[in-house]
Amino acid sequence: MYEEVSIEQKKYLHKLKTKKRLIIVLQIFLLISIFVVWEVLTRLNLIDPFIFSSPSRMVNTFLRLSKDGSLFVHVWTTLWETMVGFLLGTVFGIIIAIILWLSETCSKVLEPYLVVMNALPKIALGPVFIVWMGAGSVAIITITIAVSLIVTVLEVYTGFLETDAEKIRLVQSFDASKKQILTKVVLPSSFPVIMNALKVNVGLSWVGVIVGEFLVSKAGLGYLIVYGGQVFQLDLVMTSVVVLAVLAAFMYFGVQTLGKWISKKY
Amino acid sequence: MVSAVKVENISKTYHTVGGEIAALENISFDVFQGEFVGIVGPSGCGKSTLLSIIAGLLEPSSGQISIFGEKLSGVNPKIGYMLQRDSLFEWRTIYKNVILGLEIQNQLTQDRKQHVEYLIKKYGLENFKNHHPSQLSGGMRQRAALIRTLAVDPDILLLDEAFSALDYQTRLAVNDDIYKIIKTEGKTAIIVTHDISEAISMSERLYVMSKRPGKIKMQLDVNFDIEDRTPLSSREAPLFRQYFNQVWKELDVHV
Ligand SMILES: Nc1ncnc2c1ncn2[C@@H]1O[C@H](COP(=O)(O)OP(=O)(O)OP(=O)(O)O)[C@@H](O)[C@H]1O
Ligand SMILES: [Mg+2]
Repeated sequence: MYEEVSIEQKKYLHKLKTKKRLIIVLQIFLLISIFVVWEVLTRLNLIDPFIFSSPSRMVNTFLRLSKDGSLFVHVWTTLWETMVGFLLGTVFGIIIAIILWLSETCSKVLEPYLVVMNALPKIALGPVFIVWMGAGSVAIITITIAVSLIVTVLEVYTGFLETDAEKIRLVQSFDASKKQILTKVVLPSSFPVIMNALKVNVGLSWVGVIVGEFLVSKAGLGYLIVYGGQVFQLDLVMTSVVVLAVLAAFMYFGVQTLGKWISKKY
Repeated sequence: MVSAVKVENISKTYHTVGGEIAALENISFDVFQGEFVGIVGPSGCGKSTLLSIIAGLLEPSSGQISIFGEKLSGVNPKIGYMLQRDSLFEWRTIYKNVILGLEIQNQLTQDRKQHVEYLIKKYGLENFKNHHPSQLSGGMRQRAALIRTLAVDPDILLLDEAFSALDYQTRLAVNDDIYKIIKTEGKTAIIVTHDISEAISMSERLYVMSKRPGKIKMQLDVNFDIEDRTPLSSREAPLFRQYFNQVWKELDVHV
């Protein structure tokens, strides 16, 4: 492990690095070309910028919205709704999975309900939540939780059940309590599953919030998109979509980094 | 002398939806302090079932177990159980793995920690304390698993096919290694295996079990007349083959 690195090894590592760099360059190149082609096509009037918008028009829209501060308000609304929905959906999902694991009877009784609720398109409940909770952030967050909760429960619970039985026997031979089996074996060995559920939930939370904003239509990026569509301002729609993509990507990488950090620490 | 482990008329029947499976029938034997007792038997004859019952993880259908004269009920801190796979937790370092039992039993005292440090040093894992299990060789992992069992200071060790995951060469070395450690620490051991040679080389007394439902078919006292006997030196003793043939015949393996 601490030996002198051989020339072959150095060459191999160098090759690996070069390849990695090439891929990043190509990725950036692809992104830029898409925007350039888009811009050129609209400039040449080969596609109608009124319907397709264009990168330069999007930049202008972005600057205009930033200047009057409205962009910040909409981004902030969507962002905090997503964060809260994501956190609550994930935390409750894991807590319910733990309860199911603790009580076999409970999980057997609830199983058909979970399966049906999982199959149900939760978005269908949106109007119900809005009637119950009013057309506002609370209803939007509830929709978001509804979208991610059941998937989290099922995925994490399945992960719990896949814990190596021999590891459980081992701690039982030390007379571990049910709670100790959970904290010393089941939770740590399900860590990858939980991280995966978190990553899936990032995507689902954005879906929940945007659909919620479509339905409620007061503020947020979802509102901007619906509004832009209704008044035929595709610049506004496209700009919001791009901002949304950037935010979602950041959140995804945030969760990924958190996972790597935690697994390195333990 | 009171037996370290007294097994009296143990029977076990598993109940499943598909029917009943009689795993053990009327098993009785005694293990005295400091002894190494081996159990061999064909696959599925109930060896693991028997050890789980002695470990207090499983209720027998009838019969009783006594540990130093006391009737066993549930998991007993005098007993340490080593399973087939080393089952080290990849998310813990070797040190953290080794203190798992102490952690669970809320016994992480200064004394105990010092004892663990001593075992780690004595048995050559000092430089690997902060490594994760995947960075260790099979033999080292097995040693770490043994130290984890010894850390809670049991008097009796139960080894269930503890070496079967190792390749042949490593297995011979680890047999020797683990045997010496258990002897040095003055423990009593029951070792279960399908490997006849391993059983003979490690035990002072051997029980051969029949096919399911497992009964004790034969008891064999293994005595080589060698000073400071170890599994390796036993394998070289002239009597070894004789014992081997005796057990082989009794096991009645048909291919
Ligand atoms: N939980 C269980 N439920 C039902 N039957 C079981 C259960 N555990 C074991 N058995 C059955 O009891 C018998 C004895 O099993 P056991 O694991 O004790 O055998 P073994 O001698 O350890 O076998 P091996 O040498 O393969 O490890 C087997 O036939 C097995 O199918
Ligand atoms: Mg077995």
